[in-house]
Amino acid sequence: MENKIDVRDFNFYYSSFHALKGLTIPIRERQITALIGPSGCGKSTFLRSLNRMNDTIAGTSATGEVLLDGKNIYAPDVDVTDLRNRVGMVFQRPNPFPQSIYDNVAFGPRVTGRASGRALDVIVEESLEGAGLWGEIKHRLRDSALSLNPGQQQRLCIARAIAVKPEVILMDEPCSALDPVATLKVEELMRVLAKEYTIVIVTHNMQQAARVSDFTGFFWLGELVEFGPTTQLFSTPQQELTESYITGRRG
Amino acid sequence: MSRQQINRLATALITGVAILVVVPIVLVILFVIYNGIGTISWEFISAPPTNGMREGGIWPALLGTIFLTFGTAIISFPLAIGAAIYLSEYAADNRMTRMVRLAIVNLAGIPSIVYGLFGLGAFVLFMQFGTSILAGSLTLGILTLPVVISTAEEAIASVPQQFRTVSLSLGATRWQTIRHQVLPHALPGILTGIILGLGRAAGETAPILFTVAAFYLPDLPHSIFDQTMALPYHLYVISTQVPGMPLSIQYGTALVLLLIVLSLTLSATFVRTSMRRRREW
Repeated sequence: MENKIDVRDFNFYYSSFHALKGLTIPIRERQITALIGPSGCGKSTFLRSLNRMNDTIAGTSATGEVLLDGKNIYAPDVDVTDLRNRVGMVFQRPNPFPQSIYDNVAFGPRVTGRASGRALDVIVEESLEGAGLWGEIKHRLRDSALSLNPGQQQRLCIARAIAVKPEVILMDEPCSALDPVATLKVEELMRVLAKEYTIVIVTHNMQQAARVSDFTGFFWLGELVEFGPTTQLFSTPQQELTESYITGRRG
Repeated sequence: MSRQQINRLATALITGVAILVVVPIVLVILFVIYNGIGTISWEFISAPPTNGMREGGIWPALLGTIFLTFGTAIISFPLAIGAAIYLSEYAADNRMTRMVRLAIVNLAGIPSIVYGLFGLGAFVLFMQFGTSILAGSLTLGILTLPVVISTAEEAIASVPQQFRTVSLSLGATRWQTIRHQVLPHALPGILTGIILGLGRAAGETAPILFTVAAFYLPDLPHSIFDQTMALPYHLYVISTQVPGMPLSIQYGTALVLLLIVLSLTLSATFVRTSMRRRREW
C-alpha cells in the first residue's frame, strides 16, 4: 500500500498562532483517512493545508513538507491551481453555485480548459453518475442547483469536485448539515469513491469515522495524538487521551 | 406627558419629516410636467431649433446628450470596474489602497464646475482634443467614477465568499474566479451603479460648459472631435441668454431633461429590485 500523501514535520501558523505542531501523517492511496478531534484542534486547518486553500488567508505560514506523490506541494515552483486540480475539496455546507446543475458540474473542466461540447457532456454525466445522482436528476440538468434538496446538493458538490478528475478528495465535515438518510447516502458514496480516489475526511462524528474510514488520526490542540488503522484506534487505542475522547469522557 | 403619548408624538413627527422629504421632489416634478407637457410633441423632440432658438425643437441638444451619455458610459465603465475589482479582490491594506480610496472619496466631493475646468485644461487644451464630444465624455466619465466605483465595489463584495473559495478549490485561477463567479453575480449591482452615474452625468451642465457644449450649431456633430449641443446647457442658454424666449419651450426642454434623468434613475432601481428578487443565496 502506497502513501499518496506524506506529511512530514508540518507546522502551520495563523500569524503568531501555532495551529499545527510537527505533524507527520501518512495518507494511503485509495483509502479513506478520517481526522477526528474536538472543535479548534486544527483538523480542518490541516485538511485545507493539503490543497493550500489556507494560502487565501492573509498572514498564514507553513514549515515542513507535504509530499504528494513524493513532491512537496509547498515547494516554490508548485502551481497551486494545478495542485487543486489534483486535490479536490468538498465543504461542510452544500454550496452549489446559483447556476444550473449542469453548469455546476461543468465549471471545473471548463475553467481548466479540459473539455467542451460533447466531451463536456460526457464528463458531466460521468461525474453525476459517480456521485450517485445521475438517475435522480438526468432530466433536469438545466434546473437550478438550488432546487435540489440538501443531500442532493452535497452529492452535486461531490460530482463537481470529481469532474475535475482529482486524485485526492478532501471532505470537511461533509455530512454535518445533512439528515441521517442523506448522510448514509454520502457515506455509501465515499466507500465507492475510495476505489478510485484517495479520500481524507474531517468529521465530528466518531461513529462516522468508525463506519467509513480505513485509517483514523486523532487531533488534540494542533497535535496528532494517535494515528492508525480505524478498527485498531477505536478498539485498542494506544493513548489514554484517545481512549477518553472516543469513549466520550473528554472533548 | 406619559411615555405612550411621547411615543405617539415621536412617531407622528418622524413620519411627518419623512413625508416632508418627498414633497419637494414631487412638487418639482409636477411643476415641470404641468408647465412643459403642452409643449411636448414629436416635432419638438425631432426638429432643430429655429428663429434664434425661440421656435422649433430640441433635437440637436437631445442627440448631443445621448452621445455624451454613451461616451460617459464607455469611459467610466472599464475604469470603474477595474478599480472596483482591484479594491475588493486584490487590494491589500496598504498605502496604495488607502491612496486609491482617498482619491475616490475626494473625487466625489469636488464641485462639478471644477471638473469642467479640469476637463478644459487636461483634455481640451493639453491633450488637444478641442471642445469636443471626446473631451466632454472624458470629463463626465471622471465625474461619475466615484458613484460607479463605490456601487460596483459594494456589488462585488456582496458576492458570497464561498463562491470564490469553491471556485479556487476546483482549480480556477484568481482571474477565472473573478471572471466566472464574481462578476456575473455582481453584474446587476454594477449596472445599477453605472446607470445612476449616467443619470447624474446626463443632467450636469458645469462639466460640459468648457469641454463640449455649444451655444447653437446648425449641423449635427460628425465625429467625436466635434462640439455638440446638449440639453442641460441648452436649457441654461435658453433660460438666461436669449431675450424674448417663450417660457413654454424652456419648460418643455426641462421636462425632457427631467424625463431622461428620471428614467435612468428608475431603471437603476428596477435593475436592483429585479436582481434582489432573482437572487437565490
